[in-house]
Amino acid sequence: MTIQVTLLGIALTVVVAFVAGLSGLSKYWFIRWPSYVFVEFFRGSGLIVQMFWLFFALPLFGINLPPLVAGVLALGLNMGAYGSEIVRGTIASRPKGQTEASIALGLSRTQRLWRILIPQSIPAMLPPFGNVMIDLLKNTSLVSLVTVADLTWAADTIRTNTGQTVEAFLAILVLYYLLSLLLGRLVDFLERAFALERKAHGVSRNRTLWGVLTK
Amino acid sequence: MTWDWDYAFGIMPALWQGFQLTLLITFSAFAVSLVLGLVVAVFRFLKIPGLLQLLNFYVSFIRGTPLLVQAYFVFFVLPYYGIVIDAVPTAILVLGINYSAYMAEVFRSGIEQLPKGQWEAARALSIGTRRTWVRIVIPQAVFPIIPVIGNYLIQMFKDSAILSAITVLELLGTSLQLGSRTFRYLEPITLTGLLFLSISFPSSLLVRRLEKRYGSTH
Repeated sequence: MTIQVTLLGIALTVVVAFVAGLSGLSKYWFIRWPSYVFVEFFRGSGLIVQMFWLFFALPLFGINLPPLVAGVLALGLNMGAYGSEIVRGTIASRPKGQTEASIALGLSRTQRLWRILIPQSIPAMLPPFGNVMIDLLKNTSLVSLVTVADLTWAADTIRTNTGQTVEAFLAILVLYYLLSLLLGRLVDFLERAFALERKAHGVSRNRTLWGVLTK
Repeated sequence: MTWDWDYAFGIMPALWQGFQLTLLITFSAFAVSLVLGLVVAVFRFLKIPGLLQLLNFYVSFIRGTPLLVQAYFVFFVLPYYGIVIDAVPTAILVLGINYSAYMAEVFRSGIEQLPKGQWEAARALSIGTRRTWVRIVIPQAVFPIIPVIGNYLIQMFKDSAILSAITVLELLGTSLQLGSRTFRYLEPITLTGLLFLSISFPSSLLVRRLEKRYGSTH
């Protein structure tokens, strides 16, 4: 269940991060402002409070979310708000020349964003996004508080039923640790995959340059 | 169901109490994390075999496991060994230890940023190791990391709400208790969220200004 919540959370986080991050770069204030309010609101009020709000307060408006949905929604919106700052920051920090060159080549705004700026920003986004994902994994433990039967919930159930408190909590501590190490490795791997691609480009360019020089 | 202003005003005093406890926990834990983080960072730098591996494991294990589970562990497991601590000190301890691992990393980055010449100059002036650390390295290492530490303080403030799970009646714990008593969760939880927001949003603006002034380090 923890893994399921994490994967769902990651998916929602990435979507939210890109939607909010890209709207933060919009040239229209009526798109930029809601994104700003959204990000500051979700970063400022704390994940656990948001989760309880979705779980306890929304039903009073007649919206009954299943615990799993409330948990994943809170995780995705909260972590997505953090992620959107990464998306916005890395794209905004691309060298200006890239934007100018795309304009010079007659690319449209959309083309410039999707074909030039976003692909270039992905390697820079990966390390901070990796941290967000590990945070997300750890934060999934909070869904146990809104009655989702995840790893932490299981340990707490064992505690109340059998009293094997030490074993149960020690076991999940180790499990969470292993999971986050695994996730960290995965991010490392992705980073290397993207970095290699860049290096390969560099090498081939050097080679041609070398070829030109020696001819 | 609509918002009930009378009820909202009625629960204000209780929430205010909870809020004060939240602040107490946040700042006490902040102090614990700073001291412990600095100690860990400095000892990691001395690279004593055995101790280094132990401290590296400490940092990575604490950073790799959830705060909630750590809190449960300390709260439920320690009594088995005859160590009974109240919920509030436990909360301070858990939050402080948790963030000490992050602080240790922040201090490390601060120390590593220090130009090598500073160490060499201290040696050339035959300043002792202790004096070098206390008078030269630490004061200079702290400045560039002030904004980062500020961000962690805000995060600790928000994370302290997690400790409501170990029966601490801080802000969120109080509002959940109010909610379960009256079955009206809307007002207490909304007010709790707004209270957190009203502190952490201005603080994060302040930190951003500090970042501009001291130069971003991350």
